[in-house]
Amino acid sequence: MANLKTTFAGIKSPNPFWLASAPPTDKAYNVERAFEAGWGGVVWKTLGEDPAAVNVSSRYSATYDANGQVVGFNNIELITDRSLEINLREIEAVKKHWPEQALIVSLMVPCVEDSWKRIVKLVEETGADGLELNFGCPHGMPERGMGAAVGQVPDIVEQVTRWCKLHSRLPVIVKLTPNITDIRFSARAAKAGGADAVSLINTINSITGIDLDQMVARPIVDGKSTHGGYCGPAVKPIALNMVSEIARDPATLGLPISGIGGISNWRDAAEFIALGAGSVQVCTAAMIHGFRIVTEMKDGLSRWMDSKGYESLEDFRGLAVANTTDWKYLNMNYKVVANINDDTCIGCGRCYISCEDTSHQAIAKLPQPDGSNRYQVIEDECVGCNLCEITCPVSACITLEQREAEKPYLSWIHDERNPHREIGH
Amino acid sequence: MSLQPPLIKISPTRELNELFSDIHPPLTPRQAELESARCLYCYDAPCVKACPSEIDIPSFINAIHHENIEGAAQTIYSSNILGGTCARVCPTEILCEQSCVRNKEAECAPVLIGLLQRYATDHAQFEGHPFSREPETGKRIAIVGGGPAGLSCAHRLSMKGHQVEIFEAHEKAGGLNEYGIARYKMTEDFAAKEVDFILSLGGITLHTEKVLGRDLSLAELQAEFDAVFLAIGLQGTRQLMLAHEALETVQNAVDYIRQLRQASDLSELDVPRRAVVIGAGNTAIDIACQLKRLGSEEVTLVYRRGAESMSATAHEQAIAKAHEVQIKTWSKPEHLLVDDAGALVGVEFRSTAMDQGQLIDLDTTYEIGCDAVFKAVGQTLVLPENEGGLSSLVKSGKLAVNSEFQTAIPKVYAGGDCTSVGQDLTVEAVQQGKRAAEAIHSFLILADKA
Repeated sequence: MANLKTTFAGIKSPNPFWLASAPPTDKAYNVERAFEAGWGGVVWKTLGEDPAAVNVSSRYSATYDANGQVVGFNNIELITDRSLEINLREIEAVKKHWPEQALIVSLMVPCVEDSWKRIVKLVEETGADGLELNFGCPHGMPERGMGAAVGQVPDIVEQVTRWCKLHSRLPVIVKLTPNITDIRFSARAAKAGGADAVSLINTINSITGIDLDQMVARPIVDGKSTHGGYCGPAVKPIALNMVSEIARDPATLGLPISGIGGISNWRDAAEFIALGAGSVQVCTAAMIHGFRIVTEMKDGLSRWMDSKGYESLEDFRGLAVANTTDWKYLNMNYKVVANINDDTCIGCGRCYISCEDTSHQAIAKLPQPDGSNRYQVIEDECVGCNLCEITCPVSACITLEQREAEKPYLSWIHDERNPHREIGH
Repeated sequence: MSLQPPLIKISPTRELNELFSDIHPPLTPRQAELESARCLYCYDAPCVKACPSEIDIPSFINAIHHENIEGAAQTIYSSNILGGTCARVCPTEILCEQSCVRNKEAECAPVLIGLLQRYATDHAQFEGHPFSREPETGKRIAIVGGGPAGLSCAHRLSMKGHQVEIFEAHEKAGGLNEYGIARYKMTEDFAAKEVDFILSLGGITLHTEKVLGRDLSLAELQAEFDAVFLAIGLQGTRQLMLAHEALETVQNAVDYIRQLRQASDLSELDVPRRAVVIGAGNTAIDIACQLKRLGSEEVTLVYRRGAESMSATAHEQAIAKAHEVQIKTWSKPEHLLVDDAGALVGVEFRSTAMDQGQLIDLDTTYEIGCDAVFKAVGQTLVLPENEGGLSSLVKSGKLAVNSEFQTAIPKVYAGGDCTSVGQDLTVEAVQQGKRAAEAIHSFLILADKA
């Protein structure tokens, strides 16, 4: 079986699956259970200065797919609601008990150097492996000048990161908020401040839905609500994009990335790693299924790596980065058209109506003697958009086939249809 | 039927509804949520093409999934006002569910359209009736027969603003829904509730125990009304043409089912210990299964051809097997056997076979002992007494109509089982009633313009 051992920003763990800083890592009891279940590391739920935060009831809400499975998860919890001292003593004990597992401590204190200096020293004394700076929490804490309020200002990200590097010998991971316009600015700021790594994404500002009887968003706290932080499978595409933006930004080249955002299975993890992540952090999947879910994640990843001949994570880490590029570098001469396999087509007509109503009228409906219809792609009209393939309920019934393969690569930069093209290349 | 031992007397303490509980229990809200998610919302939905009443199935299932139960029910009722009955009795396995595209995938399992339709119609809560009537046209239409075809026609005509009067021969309207459907398919008083629901539209007057040819004549109806719709069903039953057929222990299946459906106390029923059912349609299956539920020890269903020729669907045959009904094929009844006292003791069958496309008798015979025989070999059109004029309409044993459900008699339309249009299914009757109503409406409007 492939080797899942991970070294991330100098922190070693038996596998890349870490539990993200969140309710599952709130106290020793949970973290012990997580390590027993096989998690490679945990990021302890964010510590702050005493007095500890106080949470409200209720705290979570979700969005669901057609089968009732959670696709998105929203929370309005604050950082730990237990005292700093209790947390520090538990961290110390857990680390002693589980020396092989990565134990990173998430931190959030006011933007005052002394506050950060004091807390990083205290954490260092516990024997923890690293620090994660919570600059991402989007609800509650920003109202007090912390969390995303810090992460949204690159100068402050850089400043706080620098304080932590100055006062601690531990690796510093800066956790980034996605509630910004361009993630690269905060990543560059973290790097400039000396960060050993970044982790992303934190949760996205969200309202999951409205209770139409009570006319209030969920979760409901005595008839009122507030926006929360969104996570779970629904945010994975946003997270993958932000990871790729940082991975391919020359300014942050080589900066270790811990991928976070909707990772629910081995394939999700492999995708983040393919975009350059050195470890992955999971929360929602564990909160929905319990810690045991890591068993299938590790096994699936190992078997897939075996099937591809990858012996270690480094063998495929970042392989998809170079293929993620700007639109202007895409090949204008590449042409695919859809093909519908009559043998597996079930005749639902979804491809037809989606193309006819909303795309390029490139599918013909051909009446058959038995009253059914046959569907055929009109190649001259087909732009290869993939919509029919996406709406088709049958796996691999509609495929996109390449045409005009003989033409050479041509980017928009040099395409004669581009009025601003570069001439002479 | 007064039968001597060895007949079983059902204990009156056994709960009727328990004994005839739903054969397909309704979906729970959670099941409906999950099942409705399986619908692909096909654009080219073959289920709609397969539905004789043209219900927009993807639309109502989508509405169920998004908790718009009243919207789902209204979609169903707008095509089929007896959608509640059809959800229970339609042979979905040869209609919508057979054509569901989900059959074609590796999963080979259709969306449970019938049960979803039942979910919508059972759970919808309307304030008043879901449809309104157009302004009064001043036209009056007489409908003879308050079964599915008559009710469907009446509802649609009333929606169009016409006044409708239904003349029903029996005590209650509903037709086979009330008197003929197996009790485990239509439990409790659903048929009566559905009639009430349809009539709640208004504009429809129901006259019960009014028999054409006895209490009223077609000539009177023609004179008094702007149009007449005949939906008289099939009131006759085919006979075996054997000696001793007049015995009380040799019954028409439909008569026994009617008695069972109307019984409020099972002790009213005589239940044979061993029964033979002759026939191969859904009525044969219904009587056989109900006898088993009532406590008959041995029920043998006998058919003169092979299982593949049975008009009962494979699904219905499976229900019979699940009730431990014995099915014997390639046998035809030759003698009803009686003892010295003249009581039925069994049936002698002759084996049959197919020879060059012809059903032939073989030399072998055998006997099946039984205490009662139930005949389910088909229903036939019986013309009302004193209505000789109708005999001119009969072609191949049924009333002949054109594509607009018009008979050869002016202003007189016909639909449902009494005509030769379509198969004799409830859903077909509903559709014919609805289409006949549209045709009558067009006719009356045209007549006005002219």
